[in-house]
Formats: sequence, C-alpha cells, structure tokens
Amino acid sequence: MASPYSKEQLLTMYRKMYLIRRFEERTGQQYTLGKIAGFCHLYIGQEAVAVGPNEAIRPDDYMLSAYRDHGQPLARGSDAGMVMAELFGRGTGYSKGKGGSMHIFDIEHHFYGGYGIVGGQIPLAAGMAFASRYRNEDRVTVCYFGDAAANQGSFHETLNMASKWKLPVIYICENNRYGMGTAIARTSAVPEIYKRASAYGMRGEPVDGMDCLKMYEAVKDAAAYCRAGKGPVLLEANTYRFRGHSVADPATYRSKQEVEEERKNDPIPKLRDYAIKNKLAVDSDFEAIDEEVKAQVDAAVKFADESPEPALEELWRDTIVEEGEQDVRPRERVLGVKVTNWPKYPSGQELKVTWDLEPREQAEQADKKAGLSR
Amino acid sequence: MTMPELMYREALNQALAEEMERDANVFLIGEEVGRYNGAFKVSQGLLDRFGSARIIDAPISELGFTGMSVGAAMVGLRPVVEMMTWNFAILAMDQIVNNAAKLRHMSGGQLRCPIVFRGPGGAGGRLSSQHSQALEANYAHFPGLKVIAPATPADAKGMLKAAIRDENPVIMFEGERLYALKGEVPEGEHVVPLGKADVKREGTDVTIITWSRMYYFCMEAAEQLAKEGISAEVLDLRTLRPLDEEAILASVRKTNRVVIVEEGWALAGVGASVVDLIQSKAFDDLDAPVGRVTGLDVNMSYAANLENATQPDAPKIIDAVKKVLYREGA
Ligand SMILES: Cc1ncc(C[n+]2csc(CCOP(=O)(O)OP(=O)(O)O)c2C)c(N)n1
Repeated sequence: MASPYSKEQLLTMYRKMYLIRRFEERTGQQYTLGKIAGFCHLYIGQEAVAVGPNEAIRPDDYMLSAYRDHGQPLARGSDAGMVMAELFGRGTGYSKGKGGSMHIFDIEHHFYGGYGIVGGQIPLAAGMAFASRYRNEDRVTVCYFGDAAANQGSFHETLNMASKWKLPVIYICENNRYGMGTAIARTSAVPEIYKRASAYGMRGEPVDGMDCLKMYEAVKDAAAYCRAGKGPVLLEANTYRFRGHSVADPATYRSKQEVEEERKNDPIPKLRDYAIKNKLAVDSDFEAIDEEVKAQVDAAVKFADESPEPALEELWRDTIVEEGEQDVRPRERVLGVKVTNWPKYPSGQELKVTWDLEPREQAEQADKKAGLSR
Repeated sequence: MTMPELMYREALNQALAEEMERDANVFLIGEEVGRYNGAFKVSQGLLDRFGSARIIDAPISELGFTGMSVGAAMVGLRPVVEMMTWNFAILAMDQIVNNAAKLRHMSGGQLRCPIVFRGPGGAGGRLSSQHSQALEANYAHFPGLKVIAPATPADAKGMLKAAIRDENPVIMFEGERLYALKGEVPEGEHVVPLGKADVKREGTDVTIITWSRMYYFCMEAAEQLAKEGISAEVLDLRTLRPLDEEAILASVRKTNRVVIVEEGWALAGVGASVVDLIQSKAFDDLDAPVGRVTGLDVNMSYAANLENATQPDAPKIIDAVKKVLYREGA
C-alpha cells in the first residue's frame, strides 16, 4: 500500500525531530561546560511526541507544556538561537533570560509556555480552550504533561470541567514511565493514564509515542473531534527518555538493559527507515538535513554565547503591565524582524458570545421535572 | 444631589453588570454564582441577564477553575473569579501565585493576565478557624499581583470596576461582614483608581491607618476620641499592593503619630510593612513609636467571647491611640 504521506511531510517531520535531537545533545554539552545552569530537562527520545502532533494541528492552535519544554517550541518553529540564548540566561532569549530552561514562551508561534510546577499548566490549557469556545473560534489547544502529573489534583479537576463543558483541548500525557526517579507503576493505582479519561466521560487513547506518524494520526483525529465540538481528548503517548530526568541526573534507577531495549525504538531512525522503505526519500536527503541541522545548532550556540546578559534595568520590567504598555514580541525585539502573526483578540464591543454552556430551557425543564420552582 | 444608598453587595453587583455590559470579554465564574445567585448574593440576577457562558457555575474545584480562568486571561478574556471565601482559595493559591502573578515575568513581557480574583475575607460570625481568616498579607507578599480591600460600598463599586479594567491580576478582598452594609454609591461610571489611599476622616493628633472591615472600628474609635478632645485622622489604604506611600507619609508628617489596625495576624502582616515604610522614610516626623492593633496570634474560636477577644475593636484602638499619645498611663 502506498504511503499516505508526501516526501515533504516526512522530511519536515524528520528535520524537526533531528533538530530537537541535535539541539538537546548540544544543550547537555553546554550544561556540562557551565554555560547553562538551573534545572535543565532534556527531551532526547521523546521527539516524536512533539513533532507528530505539531504537524497535525494548525499553526494558530495553542500549545503549552511542562518544564521539559525545548522540543515543542522547536517543533513549532521557534528560533533555535533564541531558545539557546534563553538557556544561557541572555537578554536575547525568548523571555530575556528571565525564564530559563523551564519557561520557554513563544507567543508568535502560539507556544504558551513551559511551567515548573508539576501539573500546573493543565488547567491553563482548559482555560485557553474555553476562550476559543467563548469566541466561537475553532482553535484547539494541545497541552503536554508527564505521567507523574496525572496524579495531581489539577489533572482530575480539569478533566472534569473540560469534559463537562466540551472544551476543545487535547491533553497529551508523555508517559516516559518515570517521574524523576520513581517508576509510574510505583505511585499510580492505574498506571495506564489514558484509562482515567473514562472516569470523566471523555475520550482517552494510548498512542505509540516512539512513532511520529502514529502521534500525527492520533492528533489529527483528536483535533477534528475537538473542532467538531465533541469535547476534549486524552492521549497517552507511551514514550521513553533516553537521558536522566535532568542533565544532572545519572538515572541509576533504571537498568542498562531497559535503556538499551528502548533505544531500539528510537523515533528518528524509525521515520527515516519508513521514508526509505516507501521510496519517498533517499540517503542523500538525510545527509543534507544532517549538515543543515548541525550548522543551525552551531549557529544557535554561537548566537547564545555571543549575546549579552540582560540589562540590569530588566529586573524592574515585565512584572506589572503599566498603562498603555505593549506586549513584547521577542523576534521583533531581538532580530528586528516584523512579527505579523501575533495573536489578535476581538474587543469587547466586537465580540458576540453565542455559546450556551448550560442551556436555560434544559435547566428549567430539569427543575420542572424534579418539581422544583425558581 | 443625593446618591442612591446601596448595600455593599449591591454595589459590587452593579459594578459587575456594568463592566459585563461594556465588555463582552468579561465573564464571572465561581461556585454558586449562577442559578443560586451567589453564596453572598453578589451575582444576583446576572445569570438571567448574561447567560450561562458568562455567568458560570463552577464545580468545587478551586484550583481547577482558578487555573482555567488564568488560561482564559492569557488569551485575552477578562475573567472575574469569585472565591466563595478566601479561606477556600488557599486551594487555588498555586494558580494565583505560580501562574497568574508570574506569567508576564516568565514570558519576558509577552503575556498579560487581566484577571480579578474576588470574594469575602476576614472573620465570619461564629464560624471558627477554617472560615475566619484575614489572608490579605499572603497575597500582598507577591510581586505581579495587585491587592485591594475596599471598606465602603462606593469604593467597592469603583475599585471592582478599576480591577476589571486593569491589565494585571487583581486580588480583591471584600468583607464577609460588610455585604449588607449600606452607603451612598455614585451611579454609572464611577471608577476608583487602584493604588490610592483615601483620607476618610481628617484629623491632626494621630493617624489611624486601616482597610476593609476594620475601617468601621477605626471610625467608631475616632468618634469617641473626638469626644475626649483627640483629633484622629483615618486613612483607608484601600489598596495593599502597591501601597500608597505618598498618602501614608503625608498623613504621618501631619499628625506625627500612627496606629495601624489590621484584622490579620501581626507577624509578617501588611501593617509590619507600613511600619517599616514609616520608620525608614519618616522617622524624624514621629513623636512616638508606631502602634499596632492586630488580630491575636491564635486561630479563631467558635465561642462568642473568645471570638470577640481575638479581633480588634474600637476599645482596643482607643487604647493604642492613647498609648502613642502618652495619655492615661496606657
Ligand atoms: C508540584 C511539584 N512537585 C514536585 C516537583 C519536582 N519535580 C519536578 S519534575 C518531577 C517529576 C515529574 O515527572 P513527570 O510529570 O512524569 O514528567 P517527566 O519529567 O517524566 O517529563 C518532580 C517530582 C515540581 N516541580 N512540582
């Protein structure tokens, strides 16, 4: 059977996964050199979970993540140099060096941040999806979180609301089997996270998170479901991180054998083999990507290294919005490019709210049936 | 021209209705705000007027619906989150503090979070420890938040309107025991700027600094002191973050003596910061150490006599004023 994918699609996905891989390898190296500090969580092994979904949604759909958040913005199209500069704590980073590794934000590319509190971003995503419904836009929100985050109250509280109110949000649990050094099975009564969706009457599915195309298909389908107003979807991407929890973690809590086994599932050669087998690409295509990406990552490190630290006055900016103050557009600020797709929201005068979250007649009929008067 | 007299809760209701009318991005969410018309009836009638997408009955998931509202604000809606009381908002503190207050900073100025968190604070009547706490000091601690606590119906309306229009997260403490209190409230466009204190009573001998419900005890104390020939100025802070430093210092320079009255606990309280401000910027204007009247350093009891003894009242304020005036061996 012929592949349903085009050469361009496959090479785009490959290129992005490969960029994330090389970027993260260099990140780990720069951390050991002392150029990057703080907690720094690498994404190596999980690339398919960021790239497949991103290709399945629109550029103006919303996305947000936890603290393992370098991969998703790169998949979205963020500037690698500015992400690296953020890791270096430089003024040219996306957040002017105020956020660091755990808080990459690129609103131009509709990436609404990485968050350092386990599970804290889960309700935010529902709120963004709520806003889409409120404004009658057919945008979806994709929200990433880890397997351990699924044990937070925020997860359960939010799934309940998202399902009840049919919010267009796709939750992607990146089940890499560990929350720091603790295997998920040791802390979870039901370690298959997708099953928890059924407790809230919502759709939940496991997906092979080591396969970019499987992730792509699952999210394509989920997004159509969300856009049709059918409600949220919980996807459990079964994946694996090849490195420790953070760069500083030697990951002695897992066996060498386990890691070796998982490395055989590497999503990057998997996609490459698929493309070659289906005669959609040849070795030289990948060699060209290899060279391009290496140069791109070299340039990113150089950019970060040569960038100045933020000015001290920056301490006093960006805490409170002063009257009339504009929002900062990072690429415009740093690279001088005109940013044109900054999100625009309708003013209160233009906006017509037509959504009925709890139709009045329905509520009144229910009351009547129950013999209640209001 | 006489202004209509409204209850504190009616003033808030009017502010909400006017702002929702003016801006369709504004919505109200909280437990019991819709069909029940609000646990304290602040949202009376709003569901009928604005519909269920804008007046939202939330499940009892304080962290969940608070975080959801923060997410909505990140993409340009203007949520008003009603906390049934601030005691329960402790469950939502992560979303307020770790997300709402820090979004602009963490994003390097890319995001804003125009949201209001409001609800009753302070002691209820005979509700014991978990329902009777003045928690404003907790929030006043965090950069990225504005914290307001109006005492009068007019301020309640004007400040809620300003809070809804503000581009930052605003924490609004209403007084659980103020809701039924009446006062004159200007109709229509009445906006009280945030960050501005108000001299509610002019005086020359001593400044009593306060906010929210304690304001009424201070006024009562000031009346009684007047009968004894002591002229007390009552400065209602109204906003606790940012503090109106100018207004505080101006009053200190005028009266040279200060008592700060706070319902919450003394340690790490808002009053402690006001003392710090005064001693660092107006030390030479002081004729006596700054006095403080606060809630006692204990949890609230149910028993009527213990509950009363725990909180500030007019006699305690009068004693404190006499002490800073070196009167009657206090
Ligand atoms: C509320 C909270 N508790 C604890 C931590 C410390 N911590 C950071 S990451 C982590 C493990 C989370 O694992 P998981 O959600 O599975 O994500 P993964 O790291 O596997 O991507 C912990 C315990 C935290 N950041 N926030």
